[in-house]
Amino acid sequence: MSAGDRTPPPAAPPVDPVDDRPSASAGGAGTLRRALTALWHDPPAVAGTLVLLVLLVVGLAGQWLAPAGTNDVDVDQMLRPPSGAHPFGTDELGRDVLSRVLVAARVSLQVGLVSVGIALAVGVTVGLLAGWYGGWTDNVLMRGMDVLFAFPVLLLAVAIVAVLGPGLVTATTAIGVVYTPIFARVTRAGVLAVREQVFVRAAVSIGTSDLRILRRHVLPNIAAPLIVQTSLSLAFAILSEAALSFLGLGVQPPAPAWGRMLYDGRGFVTDAWWLGFFPGAAIFLTVLAFNLVGDALRDVLDPRQLTVSEARRSTR
Amino acid sequence: MGRFVLRRLLQSVVVLLGVTLVVFLLLQLVPGDPVRVSLGTRFDQQTYDALRERSGLDRPLVVQYLSYVGNALTGDLGVSFRSGQPVTTIVLERLPATLSLAVTAVLLALLVAFPLGVLSAVRSGSLVDHAARVFSQFGVSVPDFWMGIMGILLFAGVLGWLPPSGYVALTDDPVGWASHVALPAAAVGLVTASILTRFIRSSVLEVLAEDYVRTAEAKGLRPRVVVVRHVLRNALIPVVTVVGVQLASLVGGVIVIEVLFAWPGVGRLTYDAVQARDYPVLQGAVLFVATLFLLMNLLVDVLYARLDARITLR
Amino acid sequence: MSGAAVPSPRVAGDTPVLEISDLTVTLGTRNGPARAVAGVDWSVAPGETLALVGESGSGKSMTVLAATGLAPRSATVTGRVRLLGRDLTDMSGSDRRRWRGRHVGFVFQDPMTTLNPVLTVGRQVAEACEEHLGMSRRQARSRAVELLDLVGIPAPGRRVDAHPHEFSGGMRQRVVIAMALACEPALLIADEPTTALDVTTQAQIVELVADLRRRLGTAVVWITHDLGVVAGIADTVAVMYGGRIVEQGPVDAVFVAPGHPYTRALLAARPRPGAAGEELAAIPGAPPSPLDLPPGCAFWPRCPVRGDARCAHELPPLVPLTPAHRVRTFYPAAAAGSRDDAAGRPAAGSRPAGDDPAPSTPEDR
Repeated sequence: MSAGDRTPPPAAPPVDPVDDRPSASAGGAGTLRRALTALWHDPPAVAGTLVLLVLLVVGLAGQWLAPAGTNDVDVDQMLRPPSGAHPFGTDELGRDVLSRVLVAARVSLQVGLVSVGIALAVGVTVGLLAGWYGGWTDNVLMRGMDVLFAFPVLLLAVAIVAVLGPGLVTATTAIGVVYTPIFARVTRAGVLAVREQVFVRAAVSIGTSDLRILRRHVLPNIAAPLIVQTSLSLAFAILSEAALSFLGLGVQPPAPAWGRMLYDGRGFVTDAWWLGFFPGAAIFLTVLAFNLVGDALRDVLDPRQLTVSEARRSTR
Repeated sequence: MGRFVLRRLLQSVVVLLGVTLVVFLLLQLVPGDPVRVSLGTRFDQQTYDALRERSGLDRPLVVQYLSYVGNALTGDLGVSFRSGQPVTTIVLERLPATLSLAVTAVLLALLVAFPLGVLSAVRSGSLVDHAARVFSQFGVSVPDFWMGIMGILLFAGVLGWLPPSGYVALTDDPVGWASHVALPAAAVGLVTASILTRFIRSSVLEVLAEDYVRTAEAKGLRPRVVVVRHVLRNALIPVVTVVGVQLASLVGGVIVIEVLFAWPGVGRLTYDAVQARDYPVLQGAVLFVATLFLLMNLLVDVLYARLDARITLR
Repeated sequence: MSGAAVPSPRVAGDTPVLEISDLTVTLGTRNGPARAVAGVDWSVAPGETLALVGESGSGKSMTVLAATGLAPRSATVTGRVRLLGRDLTDMSGSDRRRWRGRHVGFVFQDPMTTLNPVLTVGRQVAEACEEHLGMSRRQARSRAVELLDLVGIPAPGRRVDAHPHEFSGGMRQRVVIAMALACEPALLIADEPTTALDVTTQAQIVELVADLRRRLGTAVVWITHDLGVVAGIADTVAVMYGGRIVEQGPVDAVFVAPGHPYTRALLAARPRPGAAGEELAAIPGAPPSPLDLPPGCAFWPRCPVRGDARCAHELPPLVPLTPAHRVRTFYPAAAAGSRDDAAGRPAAGSRPAGDDPAPSTPEDR
């Protein structure tokens, strides 16, 4: 028939990636590429990305960028306001605040990345097992996650660090544990949605091994919500690290940490505003950058994921 | 409805059992002998033996756990390694300070978030909307303790209007309480307000797109009636949940702010217990807060089910 | 009905209830402006039923929404709309809201979503009476009971306090109809009111509206994609395609002698009771996107007649076949009696046998 040589324009709105992807093979890389392209069209996200790049450089090269040593005590230069020699001023021991802020970036980023890495690895594993096998496996694992979810975030982290002893490793572990359940829940929900899809059922019917199905078919299809959750969790994890180190439960002195600098400076703040301002501004900028990127990713990848999880799971 | 509540209640009991197990096991994770660690340099054999006996640490683990749960059910959370006082008494003493801070913070937050969230949804794309989005992005990214420090700097230091820290009981001196609670509540409330603003905005936006809102407009109702009667009633149902959850998380979670402002609440108690290695108090405070958190979440879910007629269908 | 409390808004003489002229609606979308409706004219006389027919996306719903001031905020609307002789386009927003709410009732497609889940049906049915007729809450409630009774809801005195989820789909649509009739409007706009319902319920709802129209003398605009419904209830038909009217006329004339190839395709695609089991003649291709409308006839790419290059580049005018029956095509004569459906099947049913297939290249141009 001669009619119909005109193909309809693709006016389809962004649909759930779980529903519209018949083949899983293109999933993971495609999702990421789609996300990165979209980021470039969102000015706040570009700003966030730039801040993150600067942070990365500072995190890697902070020691060399710092104008002074982090523990160069100078009793003649105590509590000096910002000046040419000390752009962020000096603290109560005469140490250069700028240098300490720069070097502390590494700690924050490291704790944030590693703890979210732990939460991601454990949470995704738990979620995959629970969602895929269902039944008792599901029940036991997810009730365990519910238990962890039943504590306010910071309280649980404080309790864990308190018994294990303060320090970098325990703080990282504690934050990792605290953010695990959210990844387990996101993953499980994704698996349940994918499990009944035709291509997964087909893979099962031809005897593909569970591990292979999970890796090749299921994981790529739940990549979108996981990417979003990861970037938002990084923001929360860095806030949590700052809170723990404020309470003296993070990296131990004399190593500098933003939260601890605020704690130490709090008594002087009415006389030396710079002690309270710069470390806090560093935390704020870092968290803001992760949030901006995370929000942009969510808008692109997972617009329907409501703010409930975010509202339920803040930093406290 | 009844079945939903029952199921949710059973679920909470199971989770609560898990919570007690986690809290109980915390003590087992302490490297070495918790009593000895706790006593530190103040060690003397008599106190040590008494505490060890009292805490039952020499009995088998299962027996210890069962008696821990049994005691907790009767309100006995053990005694402080430090003062020898019952933990329950210590925690309950601190509760009013925490509750008054948490409730004030949530009220302040609602005062800002409600009009801002609704307005930015109803006038989506307007200047108000943009301002609201900048505000909420700022609020969720800023550490509340940094806002607290900046507040101290401005209102206690530069302006000298408010005390930098400390606590006065509401029942003793309402004005003194108000001047002391203002800064910490504002710092905490800012974060809560931005979370709520976002949530209210998206909830209202979602309802605005519903067919029944178009129906209400088609009837020629005044815009105010459409928003209040048709939009808000539906949009606020999920908001109730989030407000409840926020309040719950504040009751147990304002540790840092309580430390910063020397506010003698449960959070400050937890911090002090950590510093003093007073494990029974730490355990008791954590268990108490987690239980409260769980109960408030349960309450919120039941309330949600009552408010949302549709849930009975499922 | 006992509508003593309700003044009846009937117009004198033959002033149309709703008169739309040269209505154009452009939607601002993320992908640029989309022209949803272009230069649409029609009017509905008191007591008349007009069927507005077309596929989804043809602009039929947008026409009535924009005319009554319910278009989305991103829309730009031009043209003239007169409701009971008053020009809606000149009114302030709040005057238009009041005039529309008082004199037009709406029934939308899906009764599962058009009712507010948290309010009782009684409140929803009669709240317009509080707004426009100054009734008290109590008066409005008894009015709601009356209306629920009118639309055939059993035990209305009890059901008035029930919530929407306590009703079945068909009953909900009855509630919506009661709601639309609350102020005894001069015009009822029914936007695919039966699409979301099962077949038996569909027939009941069609019957109910037809009956109410007879009893109340309300004019009706019935929006549908199903020509099958139209024959039973409508006086006149306007067929829309790509945001424009392509054929317009008395229902008998359009059914007996459809002038536009699209109308014929729709008639062929209509399920008929006698043809059970026979597959429907679907129209190949898809309707054009309002973002990317062809410069000429919007139907040209799918048209079985396939005129010449003029069809592709120049908009055909609406030409009268008879004084009341107008068609937008360059080939009214050729079209009027040609092959009747896109699949090239012989005509089934009442339409006149065609003389000859339309020539693909007429001699001129």
